[in-house]
Amino acid sequence: MKRIVTPSQTVGPYYRIGFGPVPALTRPDIPGERVTITGRLLDGHGDPVPDGMLETWQANARGKYDHPEDWQDKQTTPGFSGFGRWIPGKDGTFVIETLRPGAVPYPGTDPNGRGRKEQAPHLVVTVFSRGLLKHLITRVYFEDDPALAKDPVLRLVKDEARRQTLIAKRNGAQPGAYHWDVRLQGPGETVFFDV
Amino acid sequence: MATLPGYRRQRAAQEARYDHPDYRSTALRAPKQPFIRLPHTLSEITGPRHAGKPVEPHEADLTKGFGPGEALGQRIVVSGRVMDADGRPVPNALIEIWQCNAAGRYRHENDTHDAPLDPNFGGAGRCVTDDQGRYRYVTIEPGAYPWRNHPNAWRPKHIHLSLFGTGLATRLVTQMYFPGDPLIPHDPVLSAIPDKKARERLICEFDWETTVPETMLGYRFDIVLRGRDATPFEQPQAAD
Repeated sequence: MKRIVTPSQTVGPYYRIGFGPVPALTRPDIPGERVTITGRLLDGHGDPVPDGMLETWQANARGKYDHPEDWQDKQTTPGFSGFGRWIPGKDGTFVIETLRPGAVPYPGTDPNGRGRKEQAPHLVVTVFSRGLLKHLITRVYFEDDPALAKDPVLRLVKDEARRQTLIAKRNGAQPGAYHWDVRLQGPGETVFFDV
Repeated sequence: MATLPGYRRQRAAQEARYDHPDYRSTALRAPKQPFIRLPHTLSEITGPRHAGKPVEPHEADLTKGFGPGEALGQRIVVSGRVMDADGRPVPNALIEIWQCNAAGRYRHENDTHDAPLDPNFGGAGRCVTDDQGRYRYVTIEPGAYPWRNHPNAWRPKHIHLSLFGTGLATRLVTQMYFPGDPLIPHDPVLSAIPDKKARERLICEFDWETTVPETMLGYRFDIVLRGRDATPFEQPQAAD
């Protein structure tokens, strides 16, 4: 018998009682190229959303998820779960410090196991806030990645301008520094996925 | 194996709408553009299952440990099972819990409602389901509290809950309400869910079986997460 799935409700304005930040990098010796994604969570007027929250989920540097259903014959990274929880400041700014994930497979393969598509390195980002009755799911990719052109998920976004909302841009000369805003509504609204 | 079954999509009417003008804060925060439908890849089928430090048993009792004494209010024990929509238990599932106190005041700097704080109540807890998917936590019944959504607006009594489940696609943040609360039919957060039976999923049930004589009232609340598709899809969704 198929049951009704428990529906969502907003996280509300006081979630900080229950949620604190969870860094993605809990130890300095975790292998992988460091990246920092700085951005702001913004509403339909372009104003900061200071009471929102972001969660990130990603593979390790080898493209392996720390999860029993990741069937790939790759190693997980001890001490790196792939999860992070980020609390923006009062001006809506968040700073995601993590490692650059590796590419992960995209489902579907031909019978000979060749031609299997890959997804370009990305973080899955989940957004919560007062005023959001359910969380939102988006992704962030990295501007300088040559694999972007072939990413099957980016190709699902037909509008080039909308596709750009999923790509973090290099932030000055510092290696590994990126900028990426999340706009909940209005001009430049970030692409959100129906998962 | 290169393809895995995804998670079944929920019916729109059984989930909260994003665009719901009765809940005023949605006006500038609900997205307006259509969502892009994403087939479930490893990125959505895998997912975090825990956050932060391992849960300790005392975290499942919100009535003790914050201050020197015990929290004020009606002591309650909330228990139930976490399962998927096919009835399969979800073992070792993390549940993060937060709520206001018995007077309807949150221990948060932005809550300026003039109800007293309880020096013995913080309002946050965690628990983990056992190998049968069962969970249990003890707390005090939260009070209703006023909010500025509309004139004379009051949120029904509720406890906030957050679960990861088995994959990213099962992530759930919700609120549990109490049976017979007269505020429930008037609440703009709950009314964002069109289907009545789905709304009722968020109301716990008074339970004599778990009520402990002379100690606390028992409420039962099962949590249902998304179930899996029967078969993996063989091809990626064709691009239009």
